[in-house]
Formats: sequence, C-alpha cells, structure tokens
Amino acid sequence: MSPTDRLRPAVSSPLPRSAAPRTKIEVQGLDFFYGDKQVLFDLHMAIPEHRVTALIGPSGCGKSTFLRTLNRMNEIIEGARMRGRVLLDGQDIYDRSVDVVELRRRVGMVFQRSNPFPKSIFDNVAYGPRVHGERDRTRLAEIVERSLRRAALWDEVAERLDDSAMNLSGGQQQRLCIARALATDPEVLLMDEPASALDPKATAAIEDLIYELKENYTIVIVTHNMQQAARVSDRTAFFYEGRLVEYGETEQVFTRPRNRRTEDYVTGRFG
Amino acid sequence: MNGGMRRGARRAAERIAIWGLRGLVYLLLGAAAYVLGDLIWHGAGALSWEFLTAEPVDGGVRGGIFPAIVGTLWLVLGTAAVALPVGMAAAVYLSEYAREGRLTSWIRVAIVTLAGVPSVVFGLFGLGLFVIFFGFGASVLAGSLTLALLILPVIIVASEEALRAVPQSLREGSLALGATPWQTIWYNVLPCALPGMLTGSILGIARAAGETAPILFTAAAFYLPELPGSVFDQVMALPYHLYILATQHPDPAARPMQYGTALVLVGLVLGLNAFAILWRNRFRRRYRL
Ligand SMILES: Nc1ncnc2c1ncn2[C@@H]1O[C@H](COP(=O)(O)OP(=O)(O)O)[C@@H](O)[C@H]1O
Ligand SMILES: [Mg+2]
Repeated sequence: MSPTDRLRPAVSSPLPRSAAPRTKIEVQGLDFFYGDKQVLFDLHMAIPEHRVTALIGPSGCGKSTFLRTLNRMNEIIEGARMRGRVLLDGQDIYDRSVDVVELRRRVGMVFQRSNPFPKSIFDNVAYGPRVHGERDRTRLAEIVERSLRRAALWDEVAERLDDSAMNLSGGQQQRLCIARALATDPEVLLMDEPASALDPKATAAIEDLIYELKENYTIVIVTHNMQQAARVSDRTAFFYEGRLVEYGETEQVFTRPRNRRTEDYVTGRFG
Repeated sequence: MNGGMRRGARRAAERIAIWGLRGLVYLLLGAAAYVLGDLIWHGAGALSWEFLTAEPVDGGVRGGIFPAIVGTLWLVLGTAAVALPVGMAAAVYLSEYAREGRLTSWIRVAIVTLAGVPSVVFGLFGLGLFVIFFGFGASVLAGSLTLALLILPVIIVASEEALRAVPQSLREGSLALGATPWQTIWYNVLPCALPGMLTGSILGIARAAGETAPILFTAAAFYLPELPGSVFDQVMALPYHLYILATQHPDPAARPMQYGTALVLVGLVLGLNAFAILWRNRFRRRYRL
C-alpha cells in the first residue's frame, strides 16, 4: 500500500474525525508589517488541535510570515511589527508575561531548507533539551532515540549517532530537523514547506510522518504543492495577497471552493 | 566586417589586460621570493643551534638571540591573551547584539580610525598610559597591551566577518528550539565562526610579532640576557634586536647576525600565518562552510 493510498480516506470522507476538535491556536485581527509595508491584513483563524492545517497560496502572499507569528520568530527581524492577538490555549502569546523561550519549546518549527547544526546527529537532536536544562546523559539518550523514532529516522542513523549531521542526505536532514523539533516535546509543529527541496520518495516519507504525528501534535504546514495539501491536511487556508480568502475543511476547499480565487488557485489556473 | 574587426580589437584588449594582470602577480611573487631568498642566502649561514639558544655577546655581534626569541614569544602570547577575548567579544556584540544604528556606525568609524593610526603613535600612547600612568613600567604587560590595541581592529573586523559568514538559518534553528540569544551564540554561532575568527586573529597577531615601534618604549630592552620571570619584566624582542643590529653596529661582523635574526623573525611570522591558514582549511572541510 503506497502512502498516498493510505492517506486518501482523510480527504474523501467529509468529516474524518469527531466533528468539533478543540481550538489550539486562535488568531484575532492580525496585521503584520515589514517596515511600512503591510503584508498581512486582519487575519482571523482558529486552528484545531491534533489536526493538520495547510496554508496554501501564491508565493509572496504571506504564508511564511503568518507561520512565524505563531512562535514569535518574526520578532528577530528588524523593523517587523504586528497588531492583533494570537492565542495559544486561550493565552495571548504576545502578552508581556509570556516567556518566549517556553513558547518556542511548546511551538516547534521546521524550516523550508533543512538547517541541521554542524554537529553530530545526537547533538542536533539533544540541542533543544540541553538548552532547556537537561544534562542527564541517559535521559538525553532516551529523548534522542524517541524523537528519531518518531521522525522515522532511527533505523537509518542508530549506528552512527556521532557522525556529523552534515553527511546525511537531504531527506534525512529534513527528518533530523523534525526530530530535533520533536525533542523539546512541543504541542504544535509549524512546518514551512518542509518537502520543497526533496525528491518524491523523501517527500512521501515526510508526508507519512505528518500523518502519524497528528495523533499527538497540532500541525500547521505551509505548502505550495496542492496534492500535498490535499493528501496530508484536514483543514486548508488559502491566502492571497496577505488576506485569508478561504478557510475550511480540506475536502471542501478543494472540491467545492466558495471563492473564485480559491477555485482558480487549487485548479492550477494561476499560482 | 566592421563588427568582426571590433570583436578582434576587443579580444586583443582583453588579452593585453590579462597579461598585464598576470605580470603584476608575477612581479609580486618575484618580490616576495627575492626578499625571502635574500634573507635565506645571507642569513642561513648564521643559523646554528648556538645562535638560537645562546645569549647575545658583544651587543649582539656574537653569540645568539635566545632572549629575543623568548621575549617575542612572551609578547605574542600576552598580546593574544589580551586582544583575542576583547576583540572577539566586541565582534560578537557588534554583529549579534547591537542593532544597526548611529552608535554602531560610530563604533565602526572608531575601529577604522584605530586601524589607520601609525604604530609609533601606539607606542607613545602605551608609554603614556601603561608604562607611566598605570605604572607597569617597560614590561611584557605594557608591551602586550599596546600591541593588543594595535591589532584590535584587525581582530574585530576579521571576527565580524567570520560571524557574518555563519548562515542565518543556524541562528533561526536554534532560536526556534527555544534557545536564548546567548545560548544560540555560545552553542551554535561561536563554534561555527571560531575557526574563521581565530584565523583572522592569528594573522593580526603575527603582524604584532614583527612590530618594533609599539614595543620600543613599552617593553623592549636593548640588552637583557635574563629571561623574564613575570609579565612585569622587560624583555628583548626580535624586531627591536634586529633594529639595533641594523642601525647601531658599523661592525661588519654584525651583518650575518642581522640576517639571521631577520630570518628567524620572518620564519616565526610566516609559521604563524601558515598555521592559521592550514587550520582554517581543516575547519572549512569539517563544517563544509
Ligand atoms: N524579512 C523581510 N523583510 C521585508 N519584507 C519581507 C521579509 N520577509 C518577507 N517579506 C515580504 O513579505 C511578503 C510575504 O512574504 P512571505 O511571508 O515570505 O510569503 P510566502 O511565504 O507566502 O511566500 C512578501 O512580499 C515578501 O517580499
Ligand atoms: Mg514562504
């Protein structure tokens, strides 16, 4: 059975699981600016827990920017500023009382281009727990093994944990970055086009992985690949020029889009 | 027809330009080879075990240069001990913490200015500040501090460059895991940038090893056979010894000593440079930067 076959039911049945999952992240009235240039306009969006939410839209429409507001990674960009609220389990992550270090532990991120550290495989995965204060060698080893297993990489690297991560293949590096993000035991996983630089086989492996991970994690994934969005996600949000044009069950967005633009985009008429 | 001619002329001009550039490179290589060859030709004869390990006798006309070698090593180590941490810290602050603004641009202007100050001015400055005001006297300490000031701009600029070469994606990867900015620098950025930082810094330190003017008033003794016991002692130093031999001795017997000293000094500096470059290459391979 190919990964695609196994994933298909998620798309073809209208409501794959219990009808109303809890809201994990709620975005309210989000505006975002790089300097004077506004790139996100008044976004409202409720992201359900333990589901995969896909963000699609033409390049430059603000998907990455939006994703990075969810773990405050935009703060490190000079001149960036925002308005509005982002609630994680009901709490505003931009509130003064929120510790950004703790936030980023709970909301992990996987980047478009895999960015393993020039360290050993072990040290890459152990990096998160270590900076959060874990020093115990046995416990670190447990975390590393568990995270690598979850990222479906363990069997390939178990014998060479001390090798440099730079020697892994592209697909392995990306799964290593996923394992690294899982090692801090996050609740939410943000993925920015995690498979865009990978060959089809590695892409299928990542998609399988996403499908398995949503049991335990809330996943938000940016993709420019329509088939991929249709395969892996429960809900799909279509962005266009900084605005949220359509947001709904993936099946509905792809088969019965309410908006003309969405239809044009998902049918490949532009983008 | 006409177009073809023009194309031909352009090709000829290009060939002339390339030959011109190549000629300049050969000229440079030739000059370097000549200096080195001349030094070896005249100086190799002076080199001997005794020359390297004995004290100078008769104001350096006979005997060896051991105290000057030791003194220069002390100064090099002292300079590195002061300039490396300070210069690297400054570079980390400038490239990782400070937001680009008026303050940082003034700091940069100051660094460039510092780099343009003649070394004899550093020597006088060191005399005034370290030797007299702080009361260190002419000593390894005062000389090292003065040399450190001299090469600080080199270290800062080289270190900043190395830090800038660290891909931004590594910083983001670390921050996204919940690391603090300081943890990100310490565990991720610095290990990656360190080889480059050190390479640039060693090149700077090698330059300090050959400087005469800054240590003239702050550290160097004309004749001091005892080796230094602490950083508060005065020392002999290779560049100053060479200067003395070259200017204060009409005695032709001093000539080979002079060449020998120059050869040892150049060898030391080139050795440091070669070490820095080999090291950098090794790390480049390791990290595939
Ligand atoms: N660091 C930045 N500084 C200024 N403008 C930026 C920056 N990053 C992205 N942008 C701009 O913001 C808009 C949205 O970009 P992005 O969020 O990367 O879109 P997407 O991920 O959908 O391709 C684009 O017009 C882009 O040029
Ligand atoms: Mg993007």
